[in-house]
Amino acid sequence: MMRDELEGVNKSVYKTDWQWQEGEYTVTRTNQWTAPGCHNGCSVLYYTKDGKVEKIEGDPLSPYNQGRLCMRCIDMVEIVNHPERLKYPLRRVGERGGNDWERITWDEAYDEIEKNVRQIQEEFGPECIVSMQGTGRNICWQTPYLSYSAFGSPNFVLGFLSGDACYLPRTTIGHCFMGDFMVADCSQHLERRYQDPEYVLPEYMLIVGNNPLISNGDGFFGHWVVDLMKEGTKLIVIDPSCTWLASKADHWLRVRPGTDAAVIIAMLNVIINEDLYDHDFVENWCYGFDELKERVQEYTPERAAEIAWIDAEDIRAAARAFAKAMPASIQWGLKVDQTVCGIPLAHALLSLGAICGDLDVPGGCMIPRCAYDISDSYGCGLWNVPDEMLQKMLGVETSPLHALGFDPTANGDTVLQAIETGKPYPIKMLFIQSTNPIANMAADAPRVYNAMRSVPFNVVVDAFMTPTAIACADLVLPCAMSCERNSGRVWWWPLRSIVKVSEYHEAKSDEQIILDIGKRLNPRLFPWKDDVELMTWWVQSGNRFHAGWPAKTDQTFPELVEKVIDWPEDWAYRKYEKGLLRDDGQPGFNTNSGKCELYLTLFEAWGFDPLPYYEEPPESPVSTPELSEEYPLVLTTGARTWEYFHSEERQVPRLRESHPDPLTDMHPDTAAALGIVEGDWAWVENMRGKCKQRIRFNPTLHPKVVRSEHGWWFPEREGAEPDIFGVFDSNINNLTVQGVTGPTLYGAPYANQICKVYLVTKENDCSPSEIVTRKGGFQNVK
Amino acid sequence: MSSKYGLLVDYNWCTGCHSCEIACKVELGLAEGQYGIKLFADGPRQLPSGRWEYTYLPVPTSLCNLCEDRVAMGKLPTCVHHCQAACMSFGTVEELAKVAAGKPKSSLFVPC
Ligand code: SF4
Ligand code: SF4
Ligand code: SF4
Repeated sequence: MMRDELEGVNKSVYKTDWQWQEGEYTVTRTNQWTAPGCHNGCSVLYYTKDGKVEKIEGDPLSPYNQGRLCMRCIDMVEIVNHPERLKYPLRRVGERGGNDWERITWDEAYDEIEKNVRQIQEEFGPECIVSMQGTGRNICWQTPYLSYSAFGSPNFVLGFLSGDACYLPRTTIGHCFMGDFMVADCSQHLERRYQDPEYVLPEYMLIVGNNPLISNGDGFFGHWVVDLMKEGTKLIVIDPSCTWLASKADHWLRVRPGTDAAVIIAMLNVIINEDLYDHDFVENWCYGFDELKERVQEYTPERAAEIAWIDAEDIRAAARAFAKAMPASIQWGLKVDQTVCGIPLAHALLSLGAICGDLDVPGGCMIPRCAYDISDSYGCGLWNVPDEMLQKMLGVETSPLHALGFDPTANGDTVLQAIETGKPYPIKMLFIQSTNPIANMAADAPRVYNAMRSVPFNVVVDAFMTPTAIACADLVLPCAMSCERNSGRVWWWPLRSIVKVSEYHEAKSDEQIILDIGKRLNPRLFPWKDDVELMTWWVQSGNRFHAGWPAKTDQTFPELVEKVIDWPEDWAYRKYEKGLLRDDGQPGFNTNSGKCELYLTLFEAWGFDPLPYYEEPPESPVSTPELSEEYPLVLTTGARTWEYFHSEERQVPRLRESHPDPLTDMHPDTAAALGIVEGDWAWVENMRGKCKQRIRFNPTLHPKVVRSEHGWWFPEREGAEPDIFGVFDSNINNLTVQGVTGPTLYGAPYANQICKVYLVTKENDCSPSEIVTRKGGFQNVK
Repeated sequence: MSSKYGLLVDYNWCTGCHSCEIACKVELGLAEGQYGIKLFADGPRQLPSGRWEYTYLPVPTSLCNLCEDRVAMGKLPTCVHHCQAACMSFGTVEELAKVAAGKPKSSLFVPC
């Protein structure tokens, strides 16, 4: 039975107030996001005493997560009170890489930032300041607002993420396709959740490019999928490895990494040729069906099966199951973005949802927007940047999608080139807020390491001393964790409060930091007295937009704090019928044609392929057969672990105990042929570099596919170079590549590389961190 | 008459998320290497039919005290409260045995 969130909860212990006293503890009902990182934002109860968090529990009265928590949130007290957390602002003493710091005051730190920013603005122009953030930290709108409004620079970027290959390919193509995004409907927009009479259980859910149980990506609590399975939802899982979900699925397609697009287009082929699509929806709400129909003829199940190393009959069966299900839902994830054909893959998935009539129906592929239309993303404050300055955004020249603001960020590959070449202008300062690019996110980490060190002035804001800070920072500022912030979570729905219940030494919230810096540099655009006023502005920020839906709000942040979690009343399904999606209030989708563009009119105008297609990974057994003789295995990276959020938490004892070492999954037969037994340390190597990880057997993989973890560094080791917390020793991004993207600049092959694997021996053992920091990199050391 | 209490794990749905394990460590303040409940896995193992079987099961240890402090306050054991798959329950052995009878894969533990 699905769990009714109120049923069975002891109301004398768990209250609906936002705060109460329980013995010696003050209990506060609010929501947890970051720091430390996560892509979600679950409801929790903090138990505090004398200004310190002593206990945490999931809030059983929250319909969002219904009391449930992942191990990271359960272990929050150990993280929040960790002795190695950064406590004070620090200034570098001596050389970069030396890990020598002196404690300074916040005022001294701000003075230095102000002095450098003004000097760069005057001498070189504001565009020479680049601000960046990592993924999944609560800085999605704060860092952009700071960049656009205080620094006056259009260059806000996601670390050195190649091809903007996280989320942005999907959101961008979603905007071209239908003016919106799609999300699997697990009733998360309805306060009564599964009990709401409007909600319909998906008959099938297609899971592609993620393991939602572990990743909780994109504001989606993964175990909602289990709630649905208990009620009878069936699964189609596309994954190179048999995850727990795949083992429970009716259809598991074990694709070769990077070939999902061929498989999805072949599913479209089956659905169209067997006439399994929704004629009404296609006729009334889709544009370009005939062109799509013609295109999919090139992708027979047999051809896709050969590309993806699977069986054509399995593709047919999955396609039929999906098309016949009423409704069917699609839970898509990060790996969709991490191929050079991320854009056409996402386009194919949107087309699949559309022609099967599953878009925005209950239990289908719903169309979300942020509650109250809150400006929660990378575009926050972009309106403060003058047009002529916007034209200087890095990436605009090479990509019309960036130029037209489909994605209001600079492009990571272009930023890297600008640092390396000084063109089109030199980069003089990096403001690095909650990202650790050389440990995670930047492809070709050694290249990015060298680039970051060449920038004259760098500021890092983070919770712990990171390899990135040691390598390149001049100032390090301690950021507050979630329980120490007045903030909020909205992506997508409901709106959730994040309220400050404790303090940690001199750490400040990201809200307070941008406010302090903004007040010094451009007080006109930072008129708020304090973080509470700033958050009220944020809650009400939807008021500046004109879209009819969602309705805006005039509530204040303190009012939200009392509500804890706020489900606006205007959630609606089939919004395209109701005139809720278009700016002009007419029925239809927010595109030129007013329809879902199976054939993309914008892409046609820009000279990109307007229809879904498959492109082979640039390095693969198929596209580079000679290279593959030396590097015969296909390497996929980035699978999540229960314990860690990307490069975080390696210093947290209970989490590290559960997962002490970096792991590479390999088929036992492949390992046997290489003389490897489970638990051995092995080199994973290709043309660009190598790293060492421990081998774990995974008999569900194709014998030619290996899967390596990402984000590893070792906080227990020496911070100073050459060791630099061992950040290059097990770093899978020694093997990945920058600057190889799809034609739109979106999508990069993080998850479809080639490699060889061999045992670490006494003779061949060495320190990759030393090779990178002292010996000029892998190309110099063979 | 005082009844005996236990934990029921509906392990058909246990996803191996470790939340029970760590919640228990936090609640009991256990040192490294110690567990009040420990997660075990079988698989992924290929069945003769070709399908893959993948089963997780958390097993309470002798350190489990059925969260006596929490239960005394009127709360659920922390493992049950936080279980991400909502596949654990707490109750009297009699109640749980009845529930177990209706489940395809479940395991009833009476740790203490
Ligand atoms: S998804 Fe997990 S880690 Fe993230 S906020 Fe929720 S419980 Fe915490
Ligand atoms: S009931 Fe037992 S196993 Fe569960 S958390 Fe409490 S002490 Fe640990
Ligand atoms: S918390 Fe629940 S789902 Fe997670 S491992 Fe324990 S029993 Fe399994």
